This record gives sequence, C-alpha cells and structure tokens, in this order.
Amino acid sequence: MSTSDGRLTIPKPLSKQGDELDDRFHAAKGVRTLLRKVFPDHWTFLLGEIALYSFIILILTGIFLTLFFNPSMTQVVYHGSYTKLNGVRMSEAYASTLRISFDVRGGLLMRQIHHWAADVFLAAILCHMLRIFFTGAFRKPRETNWLIGVTMLTLGILEGFLGYSMPDDLLSGTGVRIAEGVLLGIPVVGTYLSFFLFGGQFPGTDFVARFYIIHVLLIPGLLLALISAHLFLMVHQKHTQMPGKGRTDGNVVGQPMYPYFMVKTGAFFFFVFGVLALLATFAQINPIWEVGPYTPVAISAGSQPDFYMGFLEGALRMFPSWTWDIGGHTIAWNVFVPALVVPGIIFTALGLWPFLERWATGDKAYHNVNDRPRNAPTRTAFGMAGVTIYGILWLEGANDIIANYLQIPLYLTTEIARWAVFIGPVIVFWATRRICLGLQRRDASMLVHGVETGIIVQQPNGAFVELERPLDEGEVAAIAAKPPAPITVGREVDDNGIPEPSRRGVLGKVQEQAHELFAESISMVPPADGHGNGHGNGHAIDGGNGHAAIEGENAGEPAGVGGGPTAPSEAEDGRTGEGGE
Amino acid sequence: MSDNDSDLDSTPEERPAPHRVIGTPPPTRGLLTEPGPGEGGEAEVPPQRELPADAPDPVSARNWERVASALFLISLLASVGFVAAYVGLEVGGQSGDVVDATLRSNLGLGSAMSLAFLAVGAGMVIWVRNIMPPVELTEERHPLASSPEDRAAFEETFIEGAEASQITKRPLLRRTLIASTVAVALAPLVLLRDLGPLPGTSLRYTAWRKGTRLLVYGSNQPITPADFDSAGGMITVVPDGFQDDDEALAKATTIIIKMEPGQLKIPTRYNDGDQGPRTLLNSMNWTVDNIVAYSKICTHVGCPAALYEQTTHRILCPCHQSTFDATTGATVIFGPAPRPLPQLPITTDAQGYLVAQSDFHEPVGPSFWERG
Repeated sequence: MSTSDGRLTIPKPLSKQGDELDDRFHAAKGVRTLLRKVFPDHWTFLLGEIALYSFIILILTGIFLTLFFNPSMTQVVYHGSYTKLNGVRMSEAYASTLRISFDVRGGLLMRQIHHWAADVFLAAILCHMLRIFFTGAFRKPRETNWLIGVTMLTLGILEGFLGYSMPDDLLSGTGVRIAEGVLLGIPVVGTYLSFFLFGGQFPGTDFVARFYIIHVLLIPGLLLALISAHLFLMVHQKHTQMPGKGRTDGNVVGQPMYPYFMVKTGAFFFFVFGVLALLATFAQINPIWEVGPYTPVAISAGSQPDFYMGFLEGALRMFPSWTWDIGGHTIAWNVFVPALVVPGIIFTALGLWPFLERWATGDKAYHNVNDRPRNAPTRTAFGMAGVTIYGILWLEGANDIIANYLQIPLYLTTEIARWAVFIGPVIVFWATRRICLGLQRRDASMLVHGVETGIIVQQPNGAFVELERPLDEGEVAAIAAKPPAPITVGREVDDNGIPEPSRRGVLGKVQEQAHELFAESISMVPPADGHGNGHGNGHAIDGGNGHAAIEGENAGEPAGVGGGPTAPSEAEDGRTGEGGE
Repeated sequence: MSDNDSDLDSTPEERPAPHRVIGTPPPTRGLLTEPGPGEGGEAEVPPQRELPADAPDPVSARNWERVASALFLISLLASVGFVAAYVGLEVGGQSGDVVDATLRSNLGLGSAMSLAFLAVGAGMVIWVRNIMPPVELTEERHPLASSPEDRAAFEETFIEGAEASQITKRPLLRRTLIASTVAVALAPLVLLRDLGPLPGTSLRYTAWRKGTRLLVYGSNQPITPADFDSAGGMITVVPDGFQDDDEALAKATTIIIKMEPGQLKIPTRYNDGDQGPRTLLNSMNWTVDNIVAYSKICTHVGCPAALYEQTTHRILCPCHQSTFDATTGATVIFGPAPRPLPQLPITTDAQGYLVAQSDFHEPVGPSFWERG
C-alpha cells in the first residue's frame, strides 16, 4: 500500500481496473476535478440536503410499503389482528394498511418513517427556499434552479396529499372529499374533472388505484428528474457562498468533495435517517386504526391535514361564502378562489420573483456571493410579507384548535384572520425594511467603532465605559462585502431633463418607483474624514439615488443642471448621504 | 446613525472577551489557495500538495479515533439489536393486545435503527472534523458565458443546419408539419374520456324516494317519532337499502333533529331561479312532530356537517366551520358555505316509521357549475 517515503500508492489490481475504466470513459481528468471540487460551508446549506435525503428515505421506505399495500377500493369485511374493527366494512386499501401496521414486523416503523419523511421533506424544501430567497441565491445565473425548486415544491405538496389519501381512513377520505368539492367548484369543467378523476360520482371505486400510480411512479419520476437537474445545475454553476474573508463572486472557498464533503454529507444522510427513525419510534403519526375506515357519513372532530396543506385549508376556512348563480350556472367563488386562485397566485409570484426583482433593480450581474438578508431590505421585506400571508393562512387552517387552546371564540379567529391577511403583510413589510436598514446602520457603525464587548470598566475619573474591540478580519470582510445597492435602471434624461421614452409610460414610472424602493441602502464605506461628511459637500445629481436628488433639491440645485462631478466618489456610490450622518 | 457611541477606548491593553458578530462567519483556519485546474489539457498532474496527509495534533487525533471507533461499534451493535428485535418481538393477534405488541416492536426496532444511524453519523462527523487535517481551499470560478467565438460558431452551425433543412424556404412543408405534430400530440387526449362517465344530472338527485325509510346510521334500524324520548340530539340517518353504498351515502346522508314545540320556524322558501320550474325548498310541512331532516353534506365542499350544539341549535361542519341554524331551515350563520343545508321532506308511513316524502328538492352538497 505505501512506498518507502510513506506515501500511499494505489494497489495494482485497483490501479489496473482504473486504467481499464479510463480507457473506456476518458474519466480521469473530469473525475479528478470533481473529487477536488470545493464545497462552501454554511449551516443553511444543509437545508437542501435534508430535503434530498428525506426524498431518498421516502423512496426506500415507500418501496417497502408498496410490497404490502393493496391499492384497491374493493370492499371487504375485516377479520384480522385489530379486533376492534372486526366485522367492519372497509376498502382493501385500508385493510392492507392495517395489516402493514399490525401484522408486518417493522411495518408500522416504515409507515411512520415514510409519513414523517414526507413532512420533513416539505418542511426542508420550504426552509431551503426561504434561505435561497432571503440570501438572494436565486439571482443570475441560478434562476432556472429556482424555477425547478418551485416546481418541486408544488409537486411535493401534491405528492404528499396523494400519499396520505391512499390508506382510505376516515381522516384521509375527508381530505379527498374536500378535494372533490374543490374540483366541483372549478367553473365550466369542474364537474367533468371530478367525474373523470373519481371514475364517476365520489367516492367511486377508482381513486385509490389512480392516486397510487401517480404517487409511486409519475410524480416520483418527475421529482427524480427535477432533482437530478437541480443538482447538476448546482454542481455546474457551483454553489453560492456566504460573504466572508477571501470570498468573491469569482471564487469558491470551502472544503474539497473528496474526502471532506463526502464524509460530511454521508454522515448527514445518516443523521437525517436517524432523526426520522427517532420520530417514527417516539412520535406517533397518523394512527389510522383509531378513526376507522372512510365513510362519507361520518367525520372525526378536529380534522387537520398535514402541515403543508394547512395554508389551503386556512384559505378555504377564511374566504367568505361568495357564490353567484347566473344564467343557470353556479360560480363557486367561495371554493374556487381560496383553493385554486390563491395558491396559483402564491406559486406564480414565487416563480416570477427572480425576474420581477431583476426588472425592479436592473441588476443583470452574476451573483455568487449571497446577500445577508439585511443588505437587501426590500427583498427581505417582500419575503417576510409573503411569509406573513402564508403564516396567517396556515394558522387559520388550525383555527379551531387555536380557539380551543386560547379560549377565544371560534368565529373571532376567522374574523381576525380575514383582516390580518391584508393588514399583517403591510405592517410586516414596513417593519422588516426599517429593521434591515437599522441593522445596516449598526453594521456601518461597527466598522467605525468596533463591537461592544459587554465589559464595563471604570476609568480613573470614575466614569464607566464599555470596552469595544475592533472587528476581526473575517467580520470586516463579511460586513464590508455588502454590495452597493443596484444602481440605475434607465433614468437617463436628455439635455432638457426629459426622461427617455421607455421611462415615460406607466410601466416605466412603476419601474422607477420600484427601483427607488430597492435602492435604499446604507453605505458600508467608513467615512474618510471621520463623522458627518454626508451633508453639504455638493451632492451630485447623478440621477442614481433618490436621497441625493432630494437633498440636492433642498439645497436649491435644479435637477439635471451642473453639480456633476464635484464628488465623484459619492456619485459613484450614490448612497453615502445616509451612511455618513 | 446617531453619534453617541463612546470612542474612549482608553484601555487597549485589556484583552476583550471573544465576541462573535451574529451573521458573520467564524474566524477562518488555515487558508490554502488552489490555483484552479489548468485549462486545455496541459496540467494533468496536480501542481502541488493541497491536502496535508497528517492531522496537526497526533495525540488528539488518536483520542478522537477511539471515540469515533466506539461510535461505529455502538452502531454495529445497534444493527444487531435491530435484527434481534425483529426476531424477538412478535406482532399480530397471537401475542395479547395487538396494539401493544405493535408498539413494543416499533419501539424496539425504531430505537435500534435510530441508534444505528445516529451513531455512525456521529462517528463520521468526528472523523471529518477532528481526525482529518483541517483545510480550506479556494477554487476559481470560470465564466459561465461561452466565448464570443464559440457563440459565433454555434450560430453558424445552427444557421447552416436551418438552411440545409430548408425549413424557412418551404412554408408548405413547415405549416403542414406543425399542424400534424400538434394534432398528433392532442389526439390521444380523447383516450382520457373513458376515465369516467359524464356527470349528466346525477349530482342533482339522491337515493331518497317517496316512502324510503330513514335508517339510523350504525344500527340500520328504522326510527319512529316516539323513539325520540326528548328534544335535543342529532341523529344521522341513511336511506333504507343504501346503507353500504358509499356513492349513495355521499349525497343522501341526512341528519334528523327533534326540537321543542314551537322552536322550528322554517320559512317557506322557493327556488326562483331563471331556469326550470319554481320549486319549494323549505317547509314546515316537511317536518313530523317537531322533527326536521337536513342533508348532512355541507354545501361548502361536502364534509359531513356532524357537530350539533343543542343549546343554540347550531349545526357546525368541522372541516371549515360553516354554521347552520337548525331552527330556521339550516340557514348559514357563519362560514364559507353559501347555502342552507337542503331540507328533506319527511313523514311517517303506515307502521309509524319516519320515511321520506320525496327526494331533496334541490341538489345537495357543494356548488358545481351545472347546479344553476
């Protein structure tokens, strides 16, 4: 194995095998590059890995379950181990789920891991997506991967819904019934869609088998293809990194794939599996035997879907009962809008966001270093507003439980939610933006003053002061790496101060407003001459910055006249006004 | 930015406490810079050693090696334990309470499996963090955009191919091709037609007919007005002959409620739709001895409206909390349901059992396009 100087050598048979492979695949160079590929490190980069490994675990446990599950709605009368249900009429699907739970050793464990993994899969996707959003990792060149991600989230929710519908127990059947009601609510074609999906009237005898093949073949196949594309693009375009010392848009700093990242990510797979196994062991999930088989006659109180369906459930609960009867037709706004239009808007807005932001900022550059969320206040504020809307819908999906725990009237929770879903995001948007700008100011101040250490010393004259230490190199690098806010979309004016034609239309004006919204930012450049240089030294009216322009007007300088290059550094940066105050 | 921060750092010799700024990376360890793999086939051999071969502190590495190996052994034992739990813990009906047996098996198998995974994961993390020498590499990113020459060459190739295909020159060929591919893609969609029958008017009617007996759900026994010993509770009933027909029950399931005398104030309500005959939708004449029957299928999205509060006479659907007033013809008090629960006309037959006078006079359940 090793030579006299202590270096490893590859054993001869292995080396020969490698040569044979390379003879055929021309792989040495490419694989070598791959082995030495550098992976940057940050705890939030693990969120996507949780989703990936949950998916693998879903496939492994799912294959096991297919060996025992019988996706049939043929009615049988149960006589099995779970004697409480003896003599009860049920579908084969439900009976075989009972069998998996009670008669197959490890069956319950696999079922519970599978169910927990589905919840963790979607939770991880959501968190991963929030991370990507708030750090701006969706920006050029990664817009495609963002779209793939949004598609996978949608497919994942659908896949989860189909999965927990298949046991045909009372709870899941109620969910399917709601889905039928939603389908019926689609104008013009809804009734037909419902009859085609269920093979006739609900519940029919077909839907479990149809859900089954979509659940185990169609959607997993699509997800597998999309995950492959997602990972391929991630490797090809290289991972983003968080700002820090030595990290630029032109490099990747981290540890190599082989052996470091390989071992870390392998360990992480085991951790994800281990935690899911722990959950499945100690946290019971979906005990289908307690509620009995599905019947359209009955329902269990406190019916809750899995968490990822909660926002749809909340929207359905919250929306008013608006329905139109026109010309012999019924338009069920009360179902159609919350169950289909609202999620349609949410997912469309998610998918379009990278392009909307690019349009609003005019930023067409490559971005490989992530933003700290505070450094993109408007994006962060939009994101938090979206989280607020989603969160209110989601909480409303459990309003009966909330009302019960908090001892407040049930209808009040819905009334509150109806108002909050409109008012909440506005407040959160405003507050988030202010907080982000405040944090930027603190960063700027730390660059100058250093960090408060929490150590108070008494001086000889009796005064108490808190010690401050300067930022270390890494901290300075992370803070100072804040990119300048995106400068200028259009805004060119001719000699007479008339904006170019594309700026004059409504869209152009909206874009200009959006640009100003996104451009507000605090400069991280420490003032060269100490404090207070932000004012009164002849601001350039370069058209790149709202504040400069406003201050310029206050100073009595007509827009577009003179003033040009008196302060080139500020004109370039365009945001010094507030930072230096 | 206010200017009240103290600049009196009068004791620079004091060591400040370590303080990490949230959101910034921890202080970096050694930084080795990789010049990036050479382009174009020349530098096949790595230019210099980038990864150290040995851990910086052999003693610490040795200690951590023991910890990691112990964890691997624990994992190994847990895997053996998993097999033991599989063999040793019976499930099924033979071993006493079946739920207990299952939960025992789940506990044994799950604990062993969790431990097996977590221990091997922990050992691997110790291996990579405490035994492997720490490194940090910097890799250059290469521009994603192709060179202008490559783009020009691509364009040239594409144009050449397009010209050779003559697709732009021959509109007849092009248009017929497009038409045929669209048709060939769309035609198979008709295959989906047989997924189910057409709805027709099936959603408008339920299994209730004149004279159909109301059977109590569960016991499947007919019921007489005298069986209600007092006003109050709600009973779920199904049409005689359809007790086991889920498709029929999905529409026909009905609740009956007995009120105190004088409580029921059902207004006479007609369907004044612009199509079809004027139909009666609610009536006091459809009740028997203060017993009123409503569809149990919520008019929102079809859940069973299964909760009844006796003191307020409210029927509540637990799915989305549509609330109906049972005394006034199940009118909507709150929630997303757009219509009252349809009322089933009931009477008694010769034997005194409750029977339907007819089907519901309007479609039950959620809205659908053709409902009108």
